[in-house]
Amino acid sequence: MSAMLNEEKNGAPISYMAEVSRATPGNCRLEMCIQCGTCGGSCPSADDMDHTPRQLFAMIRADMRDAVLASNTPWHCVSCYYCTVRCPQEIHITDIMYTLKNMAIAAGQYKKTIDADFSESFVGYVDEYGRSFELGLATRMYLRHSPLSILKTATMGFGMLTRDRLDFSPQRIKNLDQLQSILKRAGEIEEAVR
Amino acid sequence: MTKYLFYPGCSMQKNARSYLDSMMAIRPELDITFEEVDDWNCCGATEYWSVHQVKAHALIGRNLALAEQQANGSNTLVAGCSACYLNLAKTANYLEEDLQLRAKIDDALAVGGLHFTPGSLDIRHLLDIVFNDVGLEKIRSKVVRPLTGLRVAPYYGCMIVRPDRENRYGNPEYPTALDKLLEALGATVIDFPQKTHCCGGHMTQISPEVAYELLHRLISGADRYNADLIVTLCPMCQLNLDAYQGDMNTFMDTDYHMPCLYFTQMMGLAFGHDPKELGIGKEFVDAGPALAKIGVELPEAEERPKPKPRRKQKQEGLPMPRMGDGNE
Amino acid sequence: MSNKQNQPQDEKERIGVYVCHCGSNIAGVVDVEDVAVWAKEELGDQGVVVSRDYKFMCSSLGQEMIENDIKEQGLNRVVVAACSPHLHEATFRKACERAGLNPYLSELVSIREQVSWVHTDKEKATEKAKAMVAGGVERVIENEPLEPLRVPIHPATLVVGGGIAGIQAALEIADAGYQVYMVEREPSIGGHMAQFDKTFPTLDCAACILTPKMVSVGEHPNIELLTWSEVERVEGYVGNFSVTVRKRPRYVDTDLCTGCGICWEKCPKKVIDEDFEQGLGYRTAVYTPFPQAVPKYPVIDTESCIFFANGKCKACEKLCPTGAINFDQEEEILLLEVGNIIIATGFDTFDARRIPEYGYGRLANVFTSVEFERMCNAAGPTNGEVVLRDGVTKPEAVGIVHCVGSRDRNYNNYCSVICCMSSLKFAHLVKERTGAEVYNFYIDMRTAYKDYDEFYQRVMEEGVLFVRGRVAEITDATRNPGEEGKLVVQVEDTLAGRQRRIPVDMAILSVGLQPPSDTKEVAQRFGISCSASGWITEKHPKLDPVATMTEGIFIAGAIQGPKDIPTSVAQGAAAAARVLGRINKGEMYLEPIRATVDPEKCSGCRICNNLCPFGAIIFHEDLMVTEINHALCQGCGTCVAACPAGAISGTGFSNEQVLSQIEGLLAYSFPKDFELVEMVPA
Repeated sequence: MSAMLNEEKNGAPISYMAEVSRATPGNCRLEMCIQCGTCGGSCPSADDMDHTPRQLFAMIRADMRDAVLASNTPWHCVSCYYCTVRCPQEIHITDIMYTLKNMAIAAGQYKKTIDADFSESFVGYVDEYGRSFELGLATRMYLRHSPLSILKTATMGFGMLTRDRLDFSPQRIKNLDQLQSILKRAGEIEEAVR
Repeated sequence: MTKYLFYPGCSMQKNARSYLDSMMAIRPELDITFEEVDDWNCCGATEYWSVHQVKAHALIGRNLALAEQQANGSNTLVAGCSACYLNLAKTANYLEEDLQLRAKIDDALAVGGLHFTPGSLDIRHLLDIVFNDVGLEKIRSKVVRPLTGLRVAPYYGCMIVRPDRENRYGNPEYPTALDKLLEALGATVIDFPQKTHCCGGHMTQISPEVAYELLHRLISGADRYNADLIVTLCPMCQLNLDAYQGDMNTFMDTDYHMPCLYFTQMMGLAFGHDPKELGIGKEFVDAGPALAKIGVELPEAEERPKPKPRRKQKQEGLPMPRMGDGNE
Repeated sequence: MSNKQNQPQDEKERIGVYVCHCGSNIAGVVDVEDVAVWAKEELGDQGVVVSRDYKFMCSSLGQEMIENDIKEQGLNRVVVAACSPHLHEATFRKACERAGLNPYLSELVSIREQVSWVHTDKEKATEKAKAMVAGGVERVIENEPLEPLRVPIHPATLVVGGGIAGIQAALEIADAGYQVYMVEREPSIGGHMAQFDKTFPTLDCAACILTPKMVSVGEHPNIELLTWSEVERVEGYVGNFSVTVRKRPRYVDTDLCTGCGICWEKCPKKVIDEDFEQGLGYRTAVYTPFPQAVPKYPVIDTESCIFFANGKCKACEKLCPTGAINFDQEEEILLLEVGNIIIATGFDTFDARRIPEYGYGRLANVFTSVEFERMCNAAGPTNGEVVLRDGVTKPEAVGIVHCVGSRDRNYNNYCSVICCMSSLKFAHLVKERTGAEVYNFYIDMRTAYKDYDEFYQRVMEEGVLFVRGRVAEITDATRNPGEEGKLVVQVEDTLAGRQRRIPVDMAILSVGLQPPSDTKEVAQRFGISCSASGWITEKHPKLDPVATMTEGIFIAGAIQGPKDIPTSVAQGAAAAARVLGRINKGEMYLEPIRATVDPEKCSGCRICNNLCPFGAIIFHEDLMVTEINHALCQGCGTCVAACPAGAISGTGFSNEQVLSQIEGLLAYSFPKDFELVEMVPA
């Protein structure tokens, strides 16, 4: 939540920038961007993004809601945090990328691509077992998105299993009920804000 | 004997079991004990955070609450995996700063009968406590098999040095803790320019081309400086650099054989432990030839291409630049 | 203190109250007519005999109103309810004075900044205004007539710092016929400008325009030049400063030295010159920093000199034709008496090692701006050739990075003002001397002053390439074809919208400006203050940039904040003009708002002694009482508040005055349930 942005006035909607800023915890300083391009210059995956992080922020400022949600930029973010530590205005860029991912999923964008699917499947396993389950996740991804390369990956998977680095079946925590009730409540709170 | 609360994280249970094993093996020399947080759950890595925010914080919140509850003579929570460490620290930090978030998380945790007091735990990474709490003096004194002649590339990855809110690593671009630690073990540490560059994280599973490019930068960089192996401190980094090196070689049409070990394994070797005890042998890229240099025998040794000769630097012209003392 | 015009003290006060509309600034919120009427009716017992409201009290007519009332109505106290005393306290005091009333018998109550500008509820604001007028009336009754203090002004001036600003100031004062002492820490004057090759936008040779002024300083009969010296201590107050200067030993007898240079020609010990040559060149243990040094006398660096290390060598002593080398020379302590001080200590540059991702300190061909200046300088380590670290190869591509360490919350948040222009200058010089491809990487192009933007256009015409993007990394870790053996500048070209990796042979970092590292200590020594970013604080950033809050101490040049050469020169001249004005008048009047210790009540506990930010407190050991030096005292009130015995009171802000004002304020009967907690949105 940012300090200085215009709040709702007389029922008119707040700006998209304010919306994104508010949805990010702490004071993310999105409004301080001077468009210097340090983030875009530092990003290891900038070449593969539709828009550089800086461009995306310019689009947010210009209220280009749909274009922002349709951009693959946040999904190529590897969370290396280079942008965040180098930004001269100390903007929490990586955290804003997470917010944009949340928003894209909530808006129903990116459901079918592997990027979102991978994350959502991961969430599914953690919600169900309390721990991640790599074998299940990898199998599901390759079957759904690139069944042709499954043979190639199987070799590596086999290598992981023989080196005792992969579980055949999912691990579970003891107090699963406790975790699930907490997560259910958290999910409700999340929905309410949206 | 210093005691710490310990959060292993999903990776250290299986994929990075050798990290856990080596860490446990060197406890006596470091004079520390770990108490695992009972019934911890997954930290959410990076995937959970892409989909949810409040739920993700609640996921961590449960871990923090359990740790606080357990305490038992320590309020420092140590994580070995960089992502686990970052998530725990990030949430703990935000819960202190952001009152709105705190209210939401309190609400959710209460449903499970839990509560976390922001500020009650000090979250730290394993490298941090080894370097700052145990200290180089002690470590040097425990070295019985110095890693002399072994050229190592210290690889920090991203998430422990950035965003370093507690300012534990001095400089997020040029940290030196791991470098100094490896030096103290007797190894020759190269000035690895990509030591804080990203390994790609989960991109190896989602966007392999992007990931292979990033891995190639790291491995070719280490190779250019004639490193014998890369030393890391994060299970994800190790997995990418190690398990996916073959695929990377295929994609980039290269033939690197750069082994990647954990810093705890290096410490264990220097302290005289048996490689098996430290989980060495589970790698995809054989560390045998590298470790042979320090007289450590592994079952199967592989043929390795000869290292490239280093370019000599001429000494005429203007005086060379200097880094100045103390960049930590 | 007796006064000239007033009625005897025990006669009843006759107070005039004037409530100003200030157009609609006050009248728009406060019912000023009501306040004036109320003051006459309700405060008549206090002594209010006249109460008026008027549109603009500060206008000539408004002032005349007060003057007429004083003369015709026999007023002996005046309360004006208007704006802040910062603005017009002096105005109304002068009006009183013209009418024959002691100016310190008037008070200005702020019902603008403290009422109409911060509240919106008109009724409540009017109530508050009335209460404040009541407070002002109660206070003014306790006012005593005061006379300003007179201090004589010593005609000599101290200039600290021999850069271009200090040089300008010194020459102006000396040319006017007065004595100047110039203290400079380095062996020669000239400052940073002496290191440069060319200056923007004219591309004048820096040394060519600087050295004539340096020579004038060196030869001027009215300037005593003390180089290789530092100010140790400053005591006294405006017009009467006693300054202790430590003159370090040069180990060269300046009466005998002719500046022939045989000593440094023959000196066998060579070291890297970290100061003048910025680490790019060498000097000997006995040296002058550059050929046009003023004064021409070399100094011996005891840390590198062989003789000081182990007693051997002494080549310089043996070879000096006049026997000027004196290894036994000792430092001298000088005590200077001056009337005014001008501080012109300049700047340091940001240490680019703090940004490791730019590779400075690790990568051989990453240079800072000052290093590059030395490279371009014809008398520098490469004789003006632009070459790589090997001293021989010309670069084929050069990247110039703007904003290194500036405009960045991680380092210095401010803009360093001159880097855009000097980066353009470098671009021009590189193009001219090598024909290389030149890239300037910038966030914004700050070319604001006379002929500056034209210079930018000229550089563009010369074919320099501009990339709008803040450089993310400079690395030798190559990736793509064409990068092998080069430095790679990784940046987002924000105008083209993509990340670029540009291979170059050399990178020049335009590092930001910083205050010299010991500025805090220096400021304390002189009794002035620094801002949060470390530059010395001026009296008023808009209207008084060369004065400080301490009377008699002025500042000029970059020490007040980053600036270019013309502005530094202008400030040097401005400070000199202020000083000359003071010297010309011969004496100064100081505000009599001061603290005084009642020796009867002082127990000698000395709690106040260390609290004074202006060093105005003296303790008399023999009498065991504290005394306050009225010339140094600025009337801040700290000691008054701290004294446990209440032995210190302020003239112009005595306990009686302050307490009465509070009483007047509180005695006002506000309506029941009055709550005035309103905040204007920030």
